[in-house]
Order: sequence, then C-alpha cells, then structure tokens
Amino acid sequence: MITLTHFLALGAILFSLGVAGIFLNRKNVILLLMAIELMLLAVNMNFVAFSHYLDDLAGQVFVFFILTVSAAEAAIGLAILVVLYRVRQTINVQDLESLKG
Amino acid sequence: MLIQTAVFYFFAGILVLSALAMITVRNPVHAVLFLVLAFFTSAAIWLLLEAEFLGITLVLVYVGAVMVLFLFVVMMLDINLAKMRAGFARHLPVGLVVGAVMAAEMIVILNTPAFDLARPRLKAADYSNTRELGELLFTEYVYPFEIAGVILLVAIVAAITLTLRKRVRTRSQSPARQVNVDRKDRVRLVSMDSE
Repeated sequence: MITLTHFLALGAILFSLGVAGIFLNRKNVILLLMAIELMLLAVNMNFVAFSHYLDDLAGQVFVFFILTVSAAEAAIGLAILVVLYRVRQTINVQDLESLKG
Repeated sequence: MLIQTAVFYFFAGILVLSALAMITVRNPVHAVLFLVLAFFTSAAIWLLLEAEFLGITLVLVYVGAVMVLFLFVVMMLDINLAKMRAGFARHLPVGLVVGAVMAAEMIVILNTPAFDLARPRLKAADYSNTRELGELLFTEYVYPFEIAGVILLVAIVAAITLTLRKRVRTRSQSPARQVNVDRKDRVRLVSMDSE
C-alpha cells in the first residue's frame, strides 16, 4: 500500500540529491543548472502527489506552469552560458570573478 | 495494489540511482543522459499518480527539448574536465552530509500521520485527465495560461538576442532599402547636345 508519504519522501530525496549536486559540482555551470532542474523535478513530484491524493487538479495546473517557466529559464540560462563561453573561453565558476563582489 | 507498490519501488529506485549517478559521474554528457533517465522514470511515476498529461508532457518537453538543448551546449563547449573536477573529492563529504541530513529531516517530518493519506479510489477507465486539465486551463486559469505563453515568447526573444552574432563579411540584401529606393536615386537624366 503506497501512501502520500512515499511520494513525498521520494521528492525529498530527489531535492536533497539536487542540493548535494550543487555542492559537488560547484565549478561547472552546466551541472549547476542540471542540479536545479533536478530540484524542480522534486518539487513537481510533490505537487503531482498532493494533486492525486487530495483529488484536486489545481496541483497539476501548477506543475504545468512550473514546467513552462523552467523551460524558459533553461533556455535563457544556456544562452547566457554560450555567450559567456564565447567571451571568456571558460565556464568555470571560479574564473568568473571580474565583478569582485 | 501489490503490483502498484512493486511498480512504485521499481521506478523510485531507478529514479534515485540515476539522480545519484547524475551528480557524481565524471563526464558531463553522461550526466545529461542520466538526467534524461531521471525525467523519463519520473514520468512513469506520474502515470502511476494518474497525471497522464503531465507525464507525457514531461517526456515530450523535457526529454525532447530541454535536455537535448543541454546536450547540444555540453557538446558544443570545449570543457577542461580535469580542471572542472578539481575539488570534487574535497567537497564530497560535505555535500553528502548536507544532502543526507536534509533528506533525513524532511522524511522524519513527512512521516507524521497528517501526511498518511490513503490512496483515493482510482478513476474510471474512461476518465480523461487531459480533458479535465484542459477545461481547467481554458476557463479558470486562462490568464495565467496566456502569461505563460508570453513568458515563453520572452524566453525565445531573449535567447535569440543573446546568442545572435552579426557576421561582418557576409553580404545580404536589405529589403527596407530596396523598397524605399526612389526613381531619382537610380536614374539621372542628362541633357546634352547632339553630336
């Protein structure tokens, strides 16, 4: 018998793996973006699970919008990455220090 | 019920393993492929949750478009892998500890009886998730839906303007100048004596 807790725990594990991925691959911008995608997937998993168990379709509508926004975010992020590589010949986060923040 | 539990654990295992592989493999192309596997498997889990439309959308939009875009960019850029991996072993304990503690905390909280909802009765065989979702999207959520369209348009324009490169030496027509040309720019009447 699978309950809501199973799906929420799965989402929690996925989210934590995304956070761990940001820790592990802190130099590579592409892998950072991919870890963010993984975290978004975990959030969507929670939305879909709640939508099913509470029998309310609003959660699925919300997942639809999250997918839209994260697709736009991935497209713009990758475009920025390509421009960055063209200008600096690197995507290493450690080399991007010209702002001196 | 037993079959559903087995299916859930099967796909959840593949999902967690592929996510783990994504954050630890050396090659970025392999990482993208493992993320594709993760998306595909979670689409299967969403089918188990009766979210058929979103499951198929995830495969079509994410695996078909976004992850292919990632794959393009990873293959296009010439990345120094050894330099990128420097510090991986140093950050490994911290990352794993933070991830494990976060997951454990969340699971402890989620284990309370408040979340222990039983599975609702499955819908009838002729229930169409796509139809219900479409009716909601085009009535109650029609303004957010259109805003989502505008967001996608802005993303297209932004991505193109960011990456568009004007080449210096290519020759191209300028339609505006062609249309706006006037007779007096091209033809010059000269009056001269006959010889």
